[in-house]
Amino acid sequence: MLQIHYFAGVREAMGREREQIGLPPDVASVAELIRHLRVRDSAFARMFAEHETLLVAVNQTVAGNDQAIGNGDEIAFFPPMSGG
Amino acid sequence: MVRISVREEDFEVGGEYRRLCSDAPGAGAVVIFSGLVRDYYDPGGGEPVRELRLEHYPGMTEKSIGEIIARAESRWNLLAVRVIHRVGALRPGDQIVFAGVAAHHRGEAFAAADFIMDYLKSEAPFWKKQLTESGGEWIATRHSDAESLGRWRETAD
Repeated sequence: MLQIHYFAGVREAMGREREQIGLPPDVASVAELIRHLRVRDSAFARMFAEHETLLVAVNQTVAGNDQAIGNGDEIAFFPPMSGG
Repeated sequence: MVRISVREEDFEVGGEYRRLCSDAPGAGAVVIFSGLVRDYYDPGGGEPVRELRLEHYPGMTEKSIGEIIARAESRWNLLAVRVIHRVGALRPGDQIVFAGVAAHHRGEAFAAADFIMDYLKSEAPFWKKQLTESGGEWIATRHSDAESLGRWRETAD
């Protein structure tokens, strides 16, 4: 299983704040998960096209496209931070 | 002593200052910064802000603030650090963020507070949405904030 969280404008574009999916057999990295979600889900594909800068965190640490992911991981998608 | 809070509740600067002093016996300097919600943000065309909504990533936000403070502690000798960041619905003039640093000397306390604020604005997972008369808009990272971060990279050890 993967826990996927969406925040801020990404959450609004997805229409949900989180979901749980089974780990797809062809997904072992962030880039592969993004590819999988873009094909599976038109909301994700649209959100991905609208967000020029999309950040990803794996287990609460910002990660790059090559980052490996596996069963039980917590993945989050969000726009650049704007705190303070 | 490091204390981090992410919460809806407001803070009282005097009480936070006194706690920093008691957390850091022997300190010669306490620098405190408090950030307020402005009445306009970019973009937004100068339209007055009615409300600012702050969203965060519970767990990662606290962890990320802890990492920023740890980086500051590796650069300067700090005796106590306190960071409070509010989330939820805020209005112009409301306090939004507090950063307090106690150290032996003022130079390191000022520098560390500045460093923590710079990284807090761009690396800790918070997102601001401004609500104006004409609707709501997510605020992107400000160009000046990114430039401000560059100062620390150039002087990195």
